[in-house]
Amino acid sequence: MSSATTAPPPPTVTDPTPAPVRGPEPGPSRARPLRVLIGLVGMVLIVWFVANLFLGFAFYPEWFFDNKIFIGALALVAGVGGAAGLFYFLNMFVEGLPRRLSEGLIPYAFLLPSVAFIGLMLIYPTIQTINYSFANADSTAYVGFANYRSIFSDSQFWQSIINNILWIIVVPAVTVVFGVVVAVLADKLTARGEKLSKSFIFLPMAISFVGASAIWGLIYAYDNPGSPQTGLLNAIWVTLGGEPQTWLNIPTARLNSFLMMVILIWLQVGFAMILLSSAIKGVPEDTIEAARIDGASEVQIFFKVVIPQIKGTIITVFITVLILVLKVFDIVYVMTNGRFNTDVIANRFFNELFANSQAGRATAIVVILLLAVIPVLIYQVRHFRAEEANR
Amino acid sequence: MSRTLMKDGRPRSVFSVITMVVLVVLWTIPTLGLLATSFRTRDDAASSGWWTAVLNPFGAGWTTENYSKVFEGSDIGVGLLNSVVIAIPATILPIMFAAFAAYAFTFMEFRGKDVIFIVIVGLLVVPIQVAFQPMLDILGPEGLGISGQYISVWLLHTGFGMPLALYTLRNYMATLPVSIVESAKVDGCSHYQTFWKLVAPMAVPAMAAFATLQFLWVWNDLLIAKLFLNSDNSTVIVQVQQLLGTQGQGKELLTAAAFISMVVPMIVFFSLQRFFVRGLTSGAVKG
Repeated sequence: MSSATTAPPPPTVTDPTPAPVRGPEPGPSRARPLRVLIGLVGMVLIVWFVANLFLGFAFYPEWFFDNKIFIGALALVAGVGGAAGLFYFLNMFVEGLPRRLSEGLIPYAFLLPSVAFIGLMLIYPTIQTINYSFANADSTAYVGFANYRSIFSDSQFWQSIINNILWIIVVPAVTVVFGVVVAVLADKLTARGEKLSKSFIFLPMAISFVGASAIWGLIYAYDNPGSPQTGLLNAIWVTLGGEPQTWLNIPTARLNSFLMMVILIWLQVGFAMILLSSAIKGVPEDTIEAARIDGASEVQIFFKVVIPQIKGTIITVFITVLILVLKVFDIVYVMTNGRFNTDVIANRFFNELFANSQAGRATAIVVILLLAVIPVLIYQVRHFRAEEANR
Repeated sequence: MSRTLMKDGRPRSVFSVITMVVLVVLWTIPTLGLLATSFRTRDDAASSGWWTAVLNPFGAGWTTENYSKVFEGSDIGVGLLNSVVIAIPATILPIMFAAFAAYAFTFMEFRGKDVIFIVIVGLLVVPIQVAFQPMLDILGPEGLGISGQYISVWLLHTGFGMPLALYTLRNYMATLPVSIVESAKVDGCSHYQTFWKLVAPMAVPAMAAFATLQFLWVWNDLLIAKLFLNSDNSTVIVQVQQLLGTQGQGKELLTAAAFISMVVPMIVFFSLQRFFVRGLTSGAVKG
């Protein structure tokens, strides 16, 4: 524990004058060496024990009878108990310090574990990824901008950029529109009808991208002409007099990309609906009544009264779906793996990193993705600031 | 629009009812197709559309064989177990850590508070792909050597889920009255005690909302599970993804396996739905 080094020798810091009576404040202002010691030893022991236990799961599963349920349960107890215990001893350690020091330190003690996770899993890797993007395929030597030159001269990369832009234009907007429509219509139903219909619409939220791809794979399935079509889309198409199509292989007008976007929209409308529905219910009835008295039609009321009042939520939903779309991977990977002009950035990254073992180019692609999210990031931070100011 | 009134006095909107019914049917048909296909033999599924069986339920040869084959002939059972063993700690750990930090962000004053939180808000947007190559180095054979094991995935999901967990819990805690915490302090409670006795119990709705989201995300994740787990430990989602490539023999298993992979998240989602909706709409998750 690095915080141990900040613990001063207790006696030197004690307040020489007796503390004035300040009401029932917790704890004395002097250091309590025993608490500091117990806290320190407790923290070290817990970290040591949990780390070893978890390494044990990894390297010696036979110690745990090779039993996954047992390992999982033990990990849960050790992880949660360890975290609780760690905070307990950390708190004891900090409280044992002289009060002035302890009050300054305790917020950092509470922050330490989660900030450490964020630093290790997100901030450090981001910097390292930028670093790797200037290095060769196995990150052993710097190559300058060679990776960037290489991806920018790769037509498939531009293809995926164009596809990503299409996804960004289509999916968030369509999701929001569907979300608003469903929320408005559901609001006009009986309470039971509303609840029931909403459940059906947001059921797909629980389904994985992989599961959704399995589901929609059945819809887009192809059978040879003449034989009965088992894919729903082809069945309808053939009934209408068309020839059966291998839908996901048709890059004309990016049809295959649009068909995959349908999957993501289908998954996300439920989420949009939840937020938008509560925003619509929050629109004050008297604003609507007033418009009605002024003779506005229902359509006018909707666009001129309701929409302006739920604009904030619409933007929130839009941004959330946008972030998701920027890194869309699973659906494309599973359905086409980027063939037939359907590639997207996240899938290119995956293939560069694992199929081609090109860490340099893969990380360069991530850096491009990172640059692409910066506007969203700035918006997000500004939005947060504005909201805090209103709090 | 018709003039008849509903029980609560609002006019009944026939247009809304019809449109919603159409939307609900459209939204349900894809899943229904998978469910129906999973109960058909491979020959049936290859020779006629699933809707022919649904429209003629007594003439169709329904079978549960796909499900029994999935459990006997493949490792789906193990995969389900792996998914559970991975998802539960990966859901609870970020909440544990984030709750303490959110308490500090809400009820304590310290230097750097705003800057740190702004960084966290920014990280909500950063794609997790940035972490893969460096984390493969740290966790892989040249680093700690725990890549492939549960623990590496627990750690990754805890780290990646942390910004959202912090953001959700902190925003929720900010709606709690500060006076409660202050009066606890006057009564001589330490921060640790105040957290456990007062703030944590009050923050349960936000925790449940985040837990639902995180559980679904971990359970349904393909990318991290594919990269950081070895084949013994792979999740049911990875197994379904591998089955998706199957043609001919074994193809019928896909639908059953896919449906099995959806059952647990659906149960979790619908049992925690109330918290989830409340958490989302109370401004707990803002983007």
